[in-house]
Amino acid sequence: MAQHKINYLQDSGTAVKLTAIDKLVNFGRSNSLWPMTYGLACCAIEMMATGASRYDFDRFGTIFRASPRQSDVLVIAGTLTKKHAEFMRRLYDQMPDPKWVISMGSCANTGGMFNTYATVQGADRVIPVDIYLPGCAPRPETLQYALMTLQKKIRSESIFRAHKKKRLV
Amino acid sequence: MRQYKNKDNVQRQAYYSDRFFVGPQVPRYDIASDDIFSKDLAEFREKVNVLDAFIEHTHLVLWIEKDNLFKAAELLKTELEYDMLIELSAIDYLATKDGFELFYEFLSLSKHKRVRIKCFIQKEEKVESLTSLFKSANWSEREMYDMFGVKIVNHPNMKRIIMPDDWYDHPLRKTYPLQGDEAASWYEVDKIFGKDARDIIGPEQRDPAAIDRYDTTRFARLGHEVPFGMDVSQFEPETPISYEEESGNTLVKKLKPEESVVLKRRK
Repeated sequence: MAQHKINYLQDSGTAVKLTAIDKLVNFGRSNSLWPMTYGLACCAIEMMATGASRYDFDRFGTIFRASPRQSDVLVIAGTLTKKHAEFMRRLYDQMPDPKWVISMGSCANTGGMFNTYATVQGADRVIPVDIYLPGCAPRPETLQYALMTLQKKIRSESIFRAHKKKRLV
Repeated sequence: MRQYKNKDNVQRQAYYSDRFFVGPQVPRYDIASDDIFSKDLAEFREKVNVLDAFIEHTHLVLWIEKDNLFKAAELLKTELEYDMLIELSAIDYLATKDGFELFYEFLSLSKHKRVRIKCFIQKEEKVESLTSLFKSANWSEREMYDMFGVKIVNHPNMKRIIMPDDWYDHPLRKTYPLQGDEAASWYEVDKIFGKDARDIIGPEQRDPAAIDRYDTTRFARLGHEVPFGMDVSQFEPETPISYEEESGNTLVKKLKPEESVVLKRRK
């Protein structure tokens, strides 16, 4: 029997931390978001800059993965053309649940300046989007803010609720 | 709202006329002004019938019949030392002349000269492929087919190059609407979800300025975020931008913006 007594219920300086399972799981999820290495147009350059050392995405726990099977965030970085929409959707379907989508830049949000026959007018016509990030192209700080907002969103989700399938149709 | 104009045959109608517009005119020079070109043309004329010939922008332009196209290219390559096919494409004259103008741009590295072969084809006519002479013709001819619908015979791989294989129509024709026809506007929906999903997904939003700031189901004003679907037409509450919740975040130190310092100079 130890001589000293520790109040395990006290918040600081103890070996035990009491928390809700929701918070614990969401803590893990929100701080290890692995986006897919996937760029469509010029926004991808900003995404690369965000991932590189100067802006250092890794400090948020985001590590770019080269496979949809290993990633849980899809950053639609650039103009989504109608020819490409099918492949984008296929990659999204290959990602395991839970998964989130950031639509990066004007083109992915609404079609942007490409008001033409060949561009999908908003990536949310084919993929359910969580965060719409405005800008043409958004600065790396903006993408970081989008990620922080996504983390906030994930933290507010409940893990016990049956997972809502993000299906458009 | 702008008055509706009938767009059935846009190409025939002048939709815009500038009072002070002067059509661009490129001066045409006589062949005799250039020694190399006049020698080339004399040799060319022996084998191929030339309809018209002049010098434009230091390029020799030769109008020929479309049946002589392959023969002319072969002649230029083997005998006149024009060893590169730089570019080929079509110009849409469907509305005025019911056909296409084709141009083929050749370069001679030894003579430092450029020759442009031009010919006119009717709408449904086919042209001979130059792929067996010039490798660069392969993709250019596919692009010409993709964008204008000009058919090529004896091409090794005659299919679309830019648009998807199941695309309808040829987008660079002047009659093709910029924002796409019916098939184009539903292309991705039909392909991914099927035609039944058209009603659910709805038509494309083509207005680039379509933002309803009071629509809180689709838009959120930065610094004024409200719960999904809340009515903000009367009152917009201010929500300061924060990176984490009020209660703080597990194991992460709370950021206090009022305590942060902006550096005047980089350290």
